[in-house]
Amino acid sequence: MRQGKIIRVAGPLVVAAECLGAKMYDMVRVGHLGLIGEIIELNNDQAYIQVYEDTTGVGPGEPVVLTEKPLSVELGPGILGSIYDGIQRPLDVIRARHGEFVSRGIEVPALDRERRWTFEPIKKAGDRILAGDIIGYVQETPLIQHRIMVPENGDGEIIEIKEGEFKVSEVVCRIKKESGEIKELNLFQVWPVRKQRPVKERLMPFEPLITGQRILDTLFPLAKGGTACVPGPFGSGKTVVQHQLAKWSDAQIIVYVACGERGNEVADLLLSFPELKDPNTGRPLLERTVIIANTSNMPVAAREASIYTGMTIAEYFRDMGYSVALMADSSSRWAEALREIGGRMEEMPGDEGYPAYLASRLAEFYERAGKVICPGSEERIGALSVIGAVSPPGGDLSDPVVQATLKVVKVFWALDDRLANMRHFPAINWLQSYSLYRDSLKKYFAEKVAEDFVELSQEAMKLLELEAELQEIARLIGLESLSFKERLVLETARSIREDFLHQNAFHPQDTYTSMRKQYLMLRTILHFHHRANEALEAGKEFSDIVSLEVRDRISKMKYLPEEEEALLQVEKEVDASFKAL
Amino acid sequence: MHKEYLTVSNIVGPLVIVEKIADVKYNELVEIEDSRGHLRRGTVLEVSTDQAVVQVFEGTVGLDIDKSRVRFLGRSQQLPVSEEIIGRVFDGSGRPRDNGPQIIARKRLDINGSPINPDARDYPSEFIQTGISSIDGMNPLVRGQKLPIFSGSGLPHPRIAAQIARQARVLGKEEKFAVVFAAMGITFEEANFFIEDFRNTGALERAVLFLNLANEPAIERIATPRLALTCAEYLAFELDMHVLVILVDMTFYAEALREISAARKEIPGRRGYPGYLYTDLATMYERAGRIKGKKGSITMIPILTMPEDDKTHPIPDLTGYITEGQVILSRELHRKGIYPPIDVLPSLSRLKDKGIGAGKTREDHADVLNQLFACYARGKEARELALILGEAALSDLDRLYLKFADLFETEFVRQGEFEARTIEETIELGWKLMRQLPKKELKRIRPEYLEKYYSPAAAAGGEKANEA
Repeated sequence: MRQGKIIRVAGPLVVAAECLGAKMYDMVRVGHLGLIGEIIELNNDQAYIQVYEDTTGVGPGEPVVLTEKPLSVELGPGILGSIYDGIQRPLDVIRARHGEFVSRGIEVPALDRERRWTFEPIKKAGDRILAGDIIGYVQETPLIQHRIMVPENGDGEIIEIKEGEFKVSEVVCRIKKESGEIKELNLFQVWPVRKQRPVKERLMPFEPLITGQRILDTLFPLAKGGTACVPGPFGSGKTVVQHQLAKWSDAQIIVYVACGERGNEVADLLLSFPELKDPNTGRPLLERTVIIANTSNMPVAAREASIYTGMTIAEYFRDMGYSVALMADSSSRWAEALREIGGRMEEMPGDEGYPAYLASRLAEFYERAGKVICPGSEERIGALSVIGAVSPPGGDLSDPVVQATLKVVKVFWALDDRLANMRHFPAINWLQSYSLYRDSLKKYFAEKVAEDFVELSQEAMKLLELEAELQEIARLIGLESLSFKERLVLETARSIREDFLHQNAFHPQDTYTSMRKQYLMLRTILHFHHRANEALEAGKEFSDIVSLEVRDRISKMKYLPEEEEALLQVEKEVDASFKAL
Repeated sequence: MHKEYLTVSNIVGPLVIVEKIADVKYNELVEIEDSRGHLRRGTVLEVSTDQAVVQVFEGTVGLDIDKSRVRFLGRSQQLPVSEEIIGRVFDGSGRPRDNGPQIIARKRLDINGSPINPDARDYPSEFIQTGISSIDGMNPLVRGQKLPIFSGSGLPHPRIAAQIARQARVLGKEEKFAVVFAAMGITFEEANFFIEDFRNTGALERAVLFLNLANEPAIERIATPRLALTCAEYLAFELDMHVLVILVDMTFYAEALREISAARKEIPGRRGYPGYLYTDLATMYERAGRIKGKKGSITMIPILTMPEDDKTHPIPDLTGYITEGQVILSRELHRKGIYPPIDVLPSLSRLKDKGIGAGKTREDHADVLNQLFACYARGKEARELALILGEAALSDLDRLYLKFADLFETEFVRQGEFEARTIEETIELGWKLMRQLPKKELKRIRPEYLEKYYSPAAAAGGEKANEA
């Protein structure tokens, strides 16, 4: 293979000469240790390389081997349940071979080459196929069927297709292309991470991603195929929100990218996912999950690559026709990696030292989400939703990463320090957050949840906004200055906040709420409000109304099991209490 | 014999540039001999075919261009370790400073370490009782956690850190443990406070100290915490000890890093700190933890002083994003004469959830903790309101909350410097305060626990049942 020679080493940046002919974003092996790197700039015969491993001990004169291939991922059976580093090296295999600490220059294939999978073809010899068509299945985990697709440029006629047990690298199908060329397909494909996988057509999202988190589903819903961001200062619960989504959202595949975050959080995922059961099938959640872990102490350049690795894997499962959700925690760390490499290349910095192309890179990334018709002759619909956490310094939303993200995402879940300090979780500020999908999802909610669901959620929003105004007045001139009706608004808004929006992720019952239960809870709270208003008009005492015992029952609704009867009962009790008043 | 160079071309701040070099590696250890024969050490920050940028730990005072001799040692900085290291005191570069002998190395470890494979991490879940209510009750610490103390100048963080080191224990267990203490840029008096305290409690025999004091070279501080952590990793993962690492003061560390960055004319990030401060801090903080199949653990308490008590300053901010929570000290409580002045509301322990509850502390711990937070927050709001409108304008309920907040500070948070409360005592104290409020206000507590613990008699019964 062709070789260059190192002429400069500065942290994760290595410059090599004699690299004429190398291409941008090609992979290289750096130095005697064979560290993995990627070319990010070319200048005459010099290549600027970002190295995905620690460069201690590397010096000028050492060789750089050009692989002449771009940084790519392997896509095939064996991905699910895995934990990879930022460039798709399986961390569990690395641990088994090299011990508890990650050493350097390790080369391990992403997919297990020895494991055998049962392949069931659905096409037969003589069938004409297009790129993207499914030729057969592998039951990868009891939860997920891995659909084997024809890779790009695979249009043609099947001349042979096999059935039985195969390793990923064994040929299962042979295709004769128009040109007469024979193409052999095995169980996996290779795809460069920085290149978006093609789609046939893009669709508008119309279905919500149900998360079981009340504030998200009811007030700020995310659509399947949509994009959301969760910015917040440290300690406001970004990671818990991301974990809850990974655990409970009704996507079929979860890709979780822990990008420059804490090692113990990854350990938490690895510990809890095998134990958590999918609410629909009862199977462990790990069977539908892929974890990409490039923690903060792992090499910074691999952190930059990690979100693309995750995205490409997510797109691959979307192409099978699945609904996929990708969580990136945190995109700020990715942006910092960009800044660090940019700084070492002595690029002219933009805002806060971030490179000028930060916004376009972010937009490019989020735009890979969407609801699409997948390539192939069937009209398969797949969805890829992306939820990115952002960690702005000091929680300051004017941070360039937050601002660049807000320009492209449609849902904004703003985490609030003050709420977190009161241990109101999820600490999502209801006045700042928004969802631009509320209109496009209206129809779905009306049909699948309840006719008046959207109205109720709008009423709840209105009460919360009114509460903020009234509190302002009360703070200035005292609570006494408010009418009883206004004070009732305060009481109801408080009930919405504490009994509905507040949700304990660590309580076995409270951690997930079905749409039906969310609807009934909210309906009961607002029903109380309406009845109380009527009672006030009928001349009842305010203090009697607010001290009704049934309010305590409402506040405990979140702990009730998902049983229609028990939930409806509370509403009946509301009626009964007002009758008795 | 290593090649010697007399080709220093440039000296800027802590940096020395050496020309016409050959076969120099990135991050290599360097020895520089000045014209009077004194040796200093440094590392290679950047290297190209004919030039190396060297950062000098002891500073560049007295170095000259023509007579300085530079040797590249062909390895990165290492710490010699053996069992003998326990009970010793070293300087910021790892040389003995207690007049004891050099450590006879059983092993030489690279001070930069390697990242722990996330797949090998064991999730920290063993509750550490520190005996301090505002930590144990509200922001519990677990083994393998990194929980920094965010302090300000003049606040008693040394006393709190010393109290934790003195009282910390895992319930029902007696195991080998050690304290590793790294001082970066603190004064002699502050360092001496720790040493005396360790000596008085007998902890010194199980401690390893690395001291870089305020009058010692600032650049050396870059290495000090790494030496300490390398030592801690050896004790924890090879000698099976439970190690508590105290790093004080991270602010001075970050300032030293900024000094180097400025000398290299790097593009600064916020407030002049380099853009890679996050990554740099993470490579140290993330060395805390537990590893599957290993007995030992590293629990870390970094201490930093927030410039102007500002939590959004880059040093506390980035630290907070890496560590698993933070304990924040409050100047307001300190002024009121409350020790320890721990500001409970913005403090946080992220790993508490798997470390508390039945079998670990008490079944109702999580609910009590949440309820106390909510009540105290409401009480503080009432206090603010009373400041503006006068106490008379408060509703009866708000007045109860106000009283709760006062009692919470004076009875729950406040305690003696040598008072070690058990977790039972702490939780019961919480209940005692919550009984000031009507039962139905306690929404964060599960009904069954409310039933069991709310009335004092029930609590006594419940406790007995618990003990049984």
